[in-house]
Amino acid sequence: MKLLSLTAVALGTKIRNGEVTAKEAVLASLEAIEAKEEQIHSFVTVDREGALKRAGEVQKKIEAGTLTGPLAGVPVAVKDNLCTQGMLTTCGSKMLYNFIPTYTAEAVQNLERAGAIILGKTNMDEFAMGSTTETSAYGATRNPWNTEYVPGGSSGGSCAAVAAEEAPYALGSDTGGSIRQPSAFCGVTGIKPTYGTVSRYGLVAYASSLDQIGPIAKDVTDCAVILEAITSHDQKDSTSIQRTDVDFSTALVDDVKGMKIGIPRDYLGEGLDAEVRQAVLAAAKKLEEKGALVEEFDLSLTEYAIPAYYVIAAAEASSNLERFDGVKYGYRTKAYEGLHNMYKKSRSEGFGAEVKRRIMLGSFVLSSGYYDAYYLKALRTRAMIRQAFDKAFAEYDVILGPAAPTTAPRLGDSLSDPLKMYLGDIYTVSVNLAGLPGVSLPCGLDQKGLPIGLQMIGDCFQEKKIIRAAYAYEQTRTYQRSPLAEQ
Amino acid sequence: MKQSQSKRLAEQTEKHKISDETMEYVGILAKLELSAQEQKEASEDMERMLAYIDKLNELDTSGIEPMSHIFSVNNVFREDIVKEQDGGEDTLANAPEQRNRAFVVPKTVDQ
Amino acid sequence: MSKEYETVIGLEVHVELATKTKIFCSCSTAFGSMPNTHTCPVCTGMPGSLPVLNKKVVEYALAVGLAAGCKINQCSKFDRKNYFYPDNPQNYQISQLYLPICYEGGIEIETESGKKTIGIHEIHMEEDAGKLIHDDGEEVSFVDYNRSGVPLIEIVSEPDMRSAEEVIAYLEKLRMIIQYLGASDCKMQEGSMRADVNLSVREKGAEAFGTRTEMKNIGSFKAVARAIEAETARQIDLIEAGKQVIQETRRWNDEQGYSYAMRSKEDAQDYRYFPEPDLVPVVISDAYIQRLRDSQPELRDEKLARYISEFELPEYDAKILTSSKKLADLFEAAAKLCGRAKKVSNWLMGETMRLLRERGMDPEDLAFSPENLARLIALTEAGTINGTVAKEVFEQIFDKNIDPKQYVEAHGLKTVHDEDALRSVIARVIEDNPKSVEDYRGGKEKAMGFLVGQTMKAMKGKANPGLVNQILKEML
Repeated sequence: MKLLSLTAVALGTKIRNGEVTAKEAVLASLEAIEAKEEQIHSFVTVDREGALKRAGEVQKKIEAGTLTGPLAGVPVAVKDNLCTQGMLTTCGSKMLYNFIPTYTAEAVQNLERAGAIILGKTNMDEFAMGSTTETSAYGATRNPWNTEYVPGGSSGGSCAAVAAEEAPYALGSDTGGSIRQPSAFCGVTGIKPTYGTVSRYGLVAYASSLDQIGPIAKDVTDCAVILEAITSHDQKDSTSIQRTDVDFSTALVDDVKGMKIGIPRDYLGEGLDAEVRQAVLAAAKKLEEKGALVEEFDLSLTEYAIPAYYVIAAAEASSNLERFDGVKYGYRTKAYEGLHNMYKKSRSEGFGAEVKRRIMLGSFVLSSGYYDAYYLKALRTRAMIRQAFDKAFAEYDVILGPAAPTTAPRLGDSLSDPLKMYLGDIYTVSVNLAGLPGVSLPCGLDQKGLPIGLQMIGDCFQEKKIIRAAYAYEQTRTYQRSPLAEQ
Repeated sequence: MKQSQSKRLAEQTEKHKISDETMEYVGILAKLELSAQEQKEASEDMERMLAYIDKLNELDTSGIEPMSHIFSVNNVFREDIVKEQDGGEDTLANAPEQRNRAFVVPKTVDQ
Repeated sequence: MSKEYETVIGLEVHVELATKTKIFCSCSTAFGSMPNTHTCPVCTGMPGSLPVLNKKVVEYALAVGLAAGCKINQCSKFDRKNYFYPDNPQNYQISQLYLPICYEGGIEIETESGKKTIGIHEIHMEEDAGKLIHDDGEEVSFVDYNRSGVPLIEIVSEPDMRSAEEVIAYLEKLRMIIQYLGASDCKMQEGSMRADVNLSVREKGAEAFGTRTEMKNIGSFKAVARAIEAETARQIDLIEAGKQVIQETRRWNDEQGYSYAMRSKEDAQDYRYFPEPDLVPVVISDAYIQRLRDSQPELRDEKLARYISEFELPEYDAKILTSSKKLADLFEAAAKLCGRAKKVSNWLMGETMRLLRERGMDPEDLAFSPENLARLIALTEAGTINGTVAKEVFEQIFDKNIDPKQYVEAHGLKTVHDEDALRSVIARVIEDNPKSVEDYRGGKEKAMGFLVGQTMKAMKGKANPGLVNQILKEML
């Protein structure tokens, strides 16, 4: 299983050089999946036949010289809320237990054009609603560092698959931290790009104004290269933005001299685990040693991000999930009397508790008489949070802090108290509310041996700055493999 | 959470008592039918969440424009040109019930 | 009934726009295909699909708004209207609530009681729903999404109308404006124009409005008038009986002539509107509005004046010809082709109107080409066919848009100008009708008419009547 200890870019180089074939890379992944799935369950669907067939096709193109990119022939795991034509796409829900899309998400298509081979679909919190990957209808995913712990979520399957070395890299989606938080818990690197950078076409929407697709991999280099491949201006997504500065890999430079890095004091206060705090500040120190100007500052409004986020996300979700009604696809209840009973029973049986909770909240805050007090209030708060970031970025190139207040919790600990689970998103949700790019990368282990995540936040369209800072920090340490990866 | 905070939350929660009628009404809007137990849990959850969300009222947001879109991107249009269509067969194949090239639903006609 | 009442009516008119593609996807808006063929992931509400706005929809909406004297919201947004129904694949409709594209306009109507302006509250863009198919023999309904996502504008009037007559005048005026702009064909029967009627009654002189009801999707002008009469009477009856009018949505059953409440516990009518996050705002510059204003096509009043001056048509004829864009277009195209405007006008005013009445059709349903009408006129002008035959041929053009030249050729309808042939036929007519010949010679001029008629009959109508007259006289 040596092949899978390589980064995606390193594996791609070996494939292009003819040292390894695409098929060998796919077979290595399939073997690893077979060996480890029972312990971590990071996949909902594994497409063995499809991946092998595709490996053959891709190999021919590589040999013919028509596929020359860094990711050609490298297998990938795709989060199960990204539509894949002809391949089951469940969103971790019973509601979509048999849904076969007739189209492929634009981001995935971009990867396919770059010669990627899809291994299968990764497990996730149902409709991306959760921070632990425990709300999946197909069972919880476990953390490759310790299977008694959660991998985080909602892209827990993608992060666990990378950390366990089942797949060289993966795609995830991030609405309130769903790439960055599980990346932190699993000891891998993940980027949530600026809103509008990666097309959302084919991403099953949770909260449309917050959702972004991003890469999850072993290091910053992989993430920059993958992000470059999935970024596109898509005519099918009205919120997709035409960008010119998308040569992200040019920012992979070990130089932070003169870079101004701010650490919000609000991110170091109450609720932050001491070990996490220590690791994050140590990381900041390393950057300082490399010539960056690091200082603490008051970002403000941090405590309002979560309530604003939950109102906006729940409201949009309540509407986005209306289409799941037992008519066009997915689950329909067996016995019903009339149309509305069919709707109610199908939805009540098809959705899990957390999804229903958020739909109810979202429907309530939008309902007659509450719209102004809750929804508009949250949108106004969102504007203020954005202003606070604008102010910060007038001063700093990068904002640095923890990705999550703690390391991964034990399985079952979070679900019992949803509000506590929501509070775990404190450092990530404001980035989505403001549409900013953020990266999470490992910066050490706690005493339990669980990874700690460092987050760096950039101004809109400033991915290159956070990539450069993250890359420079990454050079100061070596990648730590999870116990399950070494197995 | 500090004790004062949790006390405040408890008070706010009390303020946000959600009646069974409200839960039923929201259930009609959301097309969800909860069992008595689920409904009880859901209304308690919602009370706690709303109490927590009330935190936003500490903020003075007067004069702030609600931010429904993050960027000031405008006027994204499509030309009025017909493009190749799905055909419908594969789309229909996903339907729980379909016949005569159409999706089948319980009778909707008014009585 | 001692008190006098006044009816207060406002309309919500939905108009399907004449775009080639749907409002948010590139599927065709064409009619008459198998169910679920003009569909894609967007208009069937597939997970992960996203809407992209059709530029033409904005242009049409603005054109109608400008023609209806509206102000333009230079930053307009879309909102989601959430409600569950199977004809609505996402279970929300993308519409505009908070910032509709046009607002505060008005159009002038004319009724027997004079001229009046009906205020336009707003015009907004939205998507149409799919079609539910019900079959008596079936326990279920079928959903077809071919119409799902067809672009609509909804024109919301102020509650400025006071009678069915005013409502019809308003609808007709609106239809004419929209047809002239080419924004829609506005066929009520086919559903490309639909009206919801908001109606309340109050005592004459009262200032406050009464409680209103809404009658949805009424399918013809006549039905609108009937629904208004019936609903007015129903509300007055309730008030007279000391009962309350309930604010509700009612469905008008035109065949049975009554309306009924569409009440349901599951119909909360709480649409939870919020800004559509998948679409960006539409921002319209002053320059763009000016460009649109400059390129607005000729509207009815200008056309009417031009017809009178340019084609020297009587005002009455010009009014009728411009009463429908379709008719006016036919007229102008045919007149240009054959250069005989007066003749074209005669055909449209006479035979065309007669056949429309006879067939129960609207001018919008006319399906024949101006080319064929122009050809027909050329044939009559050249004397190739006579008036009687021309009417017969025109009916064929009207019904099947046949080429009159080919038709006349194929059916041997050409007027016979061959004198020898005519003489032999007339000789036989004289021989067969000695009585009439005698009458004529005895000074009864009327007998001549009979003999001409007999000759035409023998010629199957194809003779030149002037020539027949001349030869008959000669031979007698």
